[in-house]
Amino acid sequence: MSFHPNDVARRARFASIGLLIAFVFLLGAFFRTQVLQNAQYVLQSETNRLREVPLPAPRGIIYDRNGRVIAENVPGYSVSMLSPTADSLRVVLRRLSETIPLSGDQIDLAVRRYRRAPNRPTVILPDAPFDVVSVLEEHRVQFPGLIIQSAPKRHYPDGAAVASFVGYTGEITEQELGSRAYPGYKAGQQVGKGGLEKQYEDRLRGREGTRFVEVDARGRVVREAGARQDLPPEGAQPLYTNIDLDLQRFTASLFGDSLQGGAIAIDPETGAVLALHSAPTFDPNRFIGGIPPDYWKDLTTDVRRPLYNKVIQGRYPPGSTWKLATATWALENHIATLDDVMPVPCTGGFQFGDRYFHCWEKKGHGSLTLAEAIVKSCDVYFYQLGLKIGLQRLIAGGVALAFRDKTGIDLPNESSPNFPYAIDYYNRRFGARAWNNSVVLNLAIGQGENSQTIASMARFYTALATDGEEARPEIVRQTQPARTRIFTLDSAQFMGLRRAMMGVLAAGGTAAAEAIQGVVLAGKTGTAQNTEDPVHNHSWFVGFAPADHPKIVVAVLIEFGGHGSHAARVASKIVEHYLKVAPASQIQTEG
Amino acid sequence: MDRKAAIPDYPTVLLALLLSIYGILMVYSAGQTDAQTVVSKLWRYQTVWLCVGLVAAFLVSRASVRLLEWISWPAYLMTLALLVLLRFFGSGAGTAASSTAWLTIAGHRIGQPSELAKVTLVLMLARTLALRREAPKTLIDLWEPALIVAVPWVFVLIQPDLGSSIVFIGIFFAMLYWFGVPWQLLLLLASPGISLILAFSKGMWTAWFLVLIVLIWSYKPYLWEGVFTVCANVTMGVIAPLFWDRLKPYQQQRLLTFLDPSRDPRVSGYHVIQSTVAIGSGGWFGKGFTMGTQKRLAFLPEQHTDFIFAVVGEELGFFGVTLALSLFLVLFLRCTRIASRANDTFSSLVAFGLAASWGVHVAENVGMTLNLMPIAGIPLPFFSYGGSFMLASWVAIGILVRISGEGRGRADGLAI
Repeated sequence: MSFHPNDVARRARFASIGLLIAFVFLLGAFFRTQVLQNAQYVLQSETNRLREVPLPAPRGIIYDRNGRVIAENVPGYSVSMLSPTADSLRVVLRRLSETIPLSGDQIDLAVRRYRRAPNRPTVILPDAPFDVVSVLEEHRVQFPGLIIQSAPKRHYPDGAAVASFVGYTGEITEQELGSRAYPGYKAGQQVGKGGLEKQYEDRLRGREGTRFVEVDARGRVVREAGARQDLPPEGAQPLYTNIDLDLQRFTASLFGDSLQGGAIAIDPETGAVLALHSAPTFDPNRFIGGIPPDYWKDLTTDVRRPLYNKVIQGRYPPGSTWKLATATWALENHIATLDDVMPVPCTGGFQFGDRYFHCWEKKGHGSLTLAEAIVKSCDVYFYQLGLKIGLQRLIAGGVALAFRDKTGIDLPNESSPNFPYAIDYYNRRFGARAWNNSVVLNLAIGQGENSQTIASMARFYTALATDGEEARPEIVRQTQPARTRIFTLDSAQFMGLRRAMMGVLAAGGTAAAEAIQGVVLAGKTGTAQNTEDPVHNHSWFVGFAPADHPKIVVAVLIEFGGHGSHAARVASKIVEHYLKVAPASQIQTEG
Repeated sequence: MDRKAAIPDYPTVLLALLLSIYGILMVYSAGQTDAQTVVSKLWRYQTVWLCVGLVAAFLVSRASVRLLEWISWPAYLMTLALLVLLRFFGSGAGTAASSTAWLTIAGHRIGQPSELAKVTLVLMLARTLALRREAPKTLIDLWEPALIVAVPWVFVLIQPDLGSSIVFIGIFFAMLYWFGVPWQLLLLLASPGISLILAFSKGMWTAWFLVLIVLIWSYKPYLWEGVFTVCANVTMGVIAPLFWDRLKPYQQQRLLTFLDPSRDPRVSGYHVIQSTVAIGSGGWFGKGFTMGTQKRLAFLPEQHTDFIFAVVGEELGFFGVTLALSLFLVLFLRCTRIASRANDTFSSLVAFGLAASWGVHVAENVGMTLNLMPIAGIPLPFFSYGGSFMLASWVAIGILVRISGEGRGRADGLAI
């Protein structure tokens, strides 16, 4: 009998044991999930319900040397959207495009942004105009995932006048996000894209804050605030530059819309960059919040290359401005003195082998000392000086005078100047016996295999303007100027060289100007032949003032500007503006 | 008789009442979401159903066990009739939206006959088994109870209501066990089904086959039984892939999701992932009554029906889970005691069968919230919102009280 009480009791016992085992097993499973793995699931549930809305931090304000604002932040609004899936985002944005202007491209871009970071609010309008924001506020109820966020917006009060060195900001790209140069950045953040904004990104970047909004399973914002303590954004410290905003504006105005080229003004003692302008340039304010495509197209297709910083990226043959380098090297190595005369007097040209090398002055300069040759910029003299120095030593001189080195200016993407590293350069370039010593003639007058940036020429002149120590150009104020000795002249040589540079004063009849103004601008023009346009040479001027105690070094290049006096005119106005006096026009000119 | 009935089994009633109140509180909480839905009012209906259930339980407890035995046949036949009617008047809802589990007349959902079927099936099985003197010793002896289960089982399965069909099988095996069918025979009976499941892994199936051979060797069934069992297992192993293809896509998804919820976290794995997150984030004492964020913000699906236990886990934590499971455990132990003290075989089988029905519900429903079980739309007794089930559960409590009252010994205290 299967239902004997003993059998039943036995089965009841087994059943009870089975129940207890199941009970303990279930409790164990819950204990594991709820107690042991609690932290993991709390995190998951918080991730489910909380969305981090980034609160952009204001970037550091950039000031000029007198405390005037170069870059600031103005109130702006960004519009973003929370969405559970890419498809629903697309649907909502289509609906949104009936309310506010939103192009198909913008929707596609937003969906791409969403895919990169689905849990962050997807930025739809990084810089929404106020009227759009007010329309959206009215329709907020219809778009439950909509987040309107005040976002400080970069603004450059002087716009294009400061664009050459300040750069601009923009949304971080996917490549930048992946690179090691941008650790800790998140999609949608603004980063410096050029100039100081990029160079000093670490210092200018504030610390992003976070607002937590609570969303439900369908991505609708349920609670805007109070879901968790907000983390307020922290602004960055301001950046103080050496720029003289007044001079910068003036320099930019000199170039205007018609001239193309670049100019840099440096304090030779400290390397402080007083002004830096590349023309034509762009309006960085139009870049903020996304570059309008047609504007971008204009900039990138313009043959004058507005996005290219001609001061630090453009490489031009230095022409006669380089003759001072040849002279300095000859003096330092006692190859020539300032009073040496070359064997062949200038008759408008110089026969070397089977080639005839012209002097810019077809009438000829006659017999000259080095000092006079600098004054007159006599090519024939410098051909012979180059031969006397010899190719190997001349190249060594250019290297020693740092003409192969970047200036080290605190801007991104500076180009290295081109200058031979040794004779071997010619063997490699032309073949072992396919060139002859005539290259030294070209090199000695700043042509040939030599191209320099505007900044690198200015740097060399800071050494001439002081005591042979060149100053590294610094836009942002540094505690200690970085100065490097590139040549050593005894004081007699130094004074002689400088007198030579100023020699024109007497010859040019500048005594009157000096008497009136008391300031002398000393410098050197250059007319650089270029391969782009054989007819229109680049116009150079590098110089400093006042000649006896230089406070400013100016380098100006005007592309296709022809005669060097064009650049000189611009430079003299920069100096005049800076020193608040009209300088005597002590510019040594050549053809 | 009247004297005994006048002393109801208070502990059982009290346990069921505690569970029901706990359940209604959770249904109330399930309605407290940030975006108000119709669920927010359901706790009232559930309370009404509890009252109806209490009245029904009282009335049932007044009826003699003999009367129950007598109506087993008509009730069973009526259940079958209702299940057939579902083919024509059925509609679905909730997780079972595509099924035809609800009897619907003129657009009104009257109830779920499969809930009623669970009770009548227990009665019918108990009646059939109680007529026998000896427990079945061979497979052929089992044809009668097997047929009684198989007919409604097929109807339920084609609704399709996988959950109820699992419960039917659970009831069937539990009652055979309680009747004294040797466990080896039960295992032989279950072996084709086990083969079907394990056939998806060659190694597992081979291992199982060896176990089966050892089992047959030791149990020494009739030759034809042994041969039949082996053949059935081999057949199941072979047709398993075909059977898989016959499953509906959503059924396939559920099984695959059970094995790895993360393979499709947004769709088929969503329920169980969100449920696990809800429970796991509850911690020791939970986020507070009605404060569960997973539930509030609608991450937790079916929070008032199939996944109500996840709300318990999220809002009341491990403490709340332990309390609920302990109440169930005590109720089941109590039922086992009622079954073992019952006056006759029929009563004993009914008591154990009803408890087994709840047991399968609890194990499957609670297990599913943590992905210990595959998802099958199956409610949690006394907790999940649903009138039919509440009513059926309280009718079962009424029957248990009656059986307890008629049983040997006194319906004493809380002893279990």
